[in-house]
Amino acid sequence: MSEIVPPEVRPKPVVPAKPSHVAPHSSGPFVPSPQGTGGEGRGSALLGYIGIDTIIEQMRKKTMKTGFDFNIMVVGQSGLGKSTLVNTLFKSQVSRRTTSWSRDEKIPKTVEIKSVSHVIEEGGVKMKLTVIDTPGFGDQINNENCWEPISKYINEQYEKFLKEEVNIARKKRIPDTRVHCCLYFISPTGHSLRQLDIEFMKHLSRVVNIIPVIAKSDTLTLDEKTEFKQRVRKELEACGIECYPQKEFDEDMEDKSDNDKIREAMPFAVVGSDKEYQVNGKRVLGRKTAWGVVEVENPNHCEFSLLRDFMIRSHLQDLKEVTHNIHYETYRAKRLNDNGASGGNRKNTD
Amino acid sequence: MQRNLEGYVGFANLPNQVYRKSVKRGFEFTLMVVGESGLGKSTLINSLFLTDLYSKDYPGPSQRIKKTVQVEQSKVLIKEGGVQLTLTIVDTPGFGDAVDNSNCWQPVINYIDSKFEDFLNAESRVNRRQMPDNRVHCCLYFIAPSGHGLKPLDIEFMKRLHDKVNVIPLIAKADTLTPEECQLFKKQIMKEIQEHKIKIYEFPDTEDDEDSKLIRKIKEKMPLAVVGSNVVIEVNGRKVRGRQYPWGVAEVENGEHCDFTVLRNMLIRTHMQDLKDVTNNVHYENYRSKKLAAVTCNGVDATKNKGQLTKSPLAQMEEERREHVMKMKKMETEMEQVFEMKVKEKKQKLKDSEAELERHHEQMKKNLEAQYKELEEKRRQFEEEKANWETQQRILEQQKLDASKTMEKNKKKGKIF
Repeated sequence: MSEIVPPEVRPKPVVPAKPSHVAPHSSGPFVPSPQGTGGEGRGSALLGYIGIDTIIEQMRKKTMKTGFDFNIMVVGQSGLGKSTLVNTLFKSQVSRRTTSWSRDEKIPKTVEIKSVSHVIEEGGVKMKLTVIDTPGFGDQINNENCWEPISKYINEQYEKFLKEEVNIARKKRIPDTRVHCCLYFISPTGHSLRQLDIEFMKHLSRVVNIIPVIAKSDTLTLDEKTEFKQRVRKELEACGIECYPQKEFDEDMEDKSDNDKIREAMPFAVVGSDKEYQVNGKRVLGRKTAWGVVEVENPNHCEFSLLRDFMIRSHLQDLKEVTHNIHYETYRAKRLNDNGASGGNRKNTD
Repeated sequence: MQRNLEGYVGFANLPNQVYRKSVKRGFEFTLMVVGESGLGKSTLINSLFLTDLYSKDYPGPSQRIKKTVQVEQSKVLIKEGGVQLTLTIVDTPGFGDAVDNSNCWQPVINYIDSKFEDFLNAESRVNRRQMPDNRVHCCLYFIAPSGHGLKPLDIEFMKRLHDKVNVIPLIAKADTLTPEECQLFKKQIMKEIQEHKIKIYEFPDTEDDEDSKLIRKIKEKMPLAVVGSNVVIEVNGRKVRGRQYPWGVAEVENGEHCDFTVLRNMLIRTHMQDLKDVTNNVHYENYRSKKLAAVTCNGVDATKNKGQLTKSPLAQMEEERREHVMKMKKMETEMEQVFEMKVKEKKQKLKDSEAELERHHEQMKKNLEAQYKELEEKRRQFEEEKANWETQQRILEQQKLDASKTMEKNKKKGKIF
């Protein structure tokens, strides 16, 4: 694990301070291997409690003190519920919602990049969450190359990080503005992916972790949903687009089986809402229509909870790691190669 | 100057006569649907006319992948209560689906204009008995339910088409929106429509109080938010058409759920004739006057059909016939040319291949001769060598013989001591 990104540990409900067993459990013949060296891959039996496993607790304490950052980018046509979904994911008003579409907030003529940062805290852990919005994407009549400003932005963040890394006097903790995750919102047509979707994902799946989601999925009935998902998955495969979690980065069988389950369920069909309604005596987040209430967190209604668990509760650290170890390294290698090829000329274009 | 009658004359029966004649003739109606793919256009058409215009055997344009905007029309004959309706649905697959959608409205405009032109020509012909009315009477424009407002593409399209056809904007897949969102969205759309001065279809005012109340209610609901479905679901013992969700059933014909019934009533039951009239009196007349003004301004202009209106009917017929004959002649000469060219090509090819074969043959012969010569040369060499070797052998033999002879002589002479 790199030392720049402080390792984030999944918060466990109870962290034991000291294990309960003290004596070694093997009462048979002693293994004549050196003890006390702490598991050099051979699982040697320990003769006493050393305390190596408290490293987890130490890391946790450190993380709580330093906090960590997470940068998420949302891309999709206007009106697909991006801001609402981000607000629902992080249960707070982190994204400016365009409910009142006043004259000043018309659709911008070119794709803009707007990033808003908030610090949210939970269980003593601080997270600096940055939401990068891309208004104007796919809204014009002519949408050629509308992914270019986004691609440029992502590469700029990598460049910033690279510059800091290459510095002689490095900062103790380089501020990480790289995009860790890109949520791409697919319009719920029920037919297939649009040309624009395929072009965008083709260009950016090698640069950033893309998680496609089906927006406003309360438009689709269950059958339409499964059909649509299948078609989308087939199209993505046919075009050679690899979304997060990428197959090539599965480390072991356990990872692979977990990730396979997730890949089967992708893209997630989500519904977002920050209003609460009363259903069967409980207060739930949802959307109230004339024929029923769509519950956001009900797995029978939509897959929002799947997305949230996947993104935040199990793969948050993995997203950051893949960004750092793979996407950033690819960028870095390319840049340094270019630099070397042109004889140390620093002013290279990508 | 209204006069009161003193007896019963009977012309109050006129509407019935008109009615009977029209029923015999049957009606025609052309409806165009425009919108991005996946907005439920085909489903809505099926729901409106309760037929499967697009079914599993004949999948609608939505199931096919298109690269450019096409304009496709399908005709269907519906009968109800003795009245025939020839319904033509014009679909525009590929609209707004590409990455670059500039001018995607051009094929649509061309289609509408061509239908107007056909009608204009049919009107000006000598033989006018069969004048089918294929003009587009109504254009349903589907707006995606983003909840925000109109997209630049929507505004461009409607601006370009409001002068040519009756545009009725609809909010597609309206079960995405909650009632509040729907209200806001509708207000926003109407505001933008007025801002950009888009002339959507206006309902005519009537003197009847009841009707005008209805019309006012409809006007408030514009643009209509529709949901389409032909699947019948049971709700509380009733059978309704709707969409089944895990949280409830969105009923298509329920006025509280969506405005489908309003659309259907308006389109079919009350205002179909009015749509046709407006198309005929307003849009078609606009087109006609523009076209004819262009002719009279220029005198002789490029399009060949305009000269017809100033000539007498006989001359016009002559001209038509002449044109036809010329066209035939041109086609014939063209075909002959193509034929000639093909024959020449084939001949040339044959010649070429013949020459090739000749060359090949020559070369083979040459090769063969060269090989033969080589072999001859080798054989000669071999013979020479053999001869040399033989002579050498003979010399050696001779020498050996000589040597042995001298040895013999020496021995005999007794030189060995």
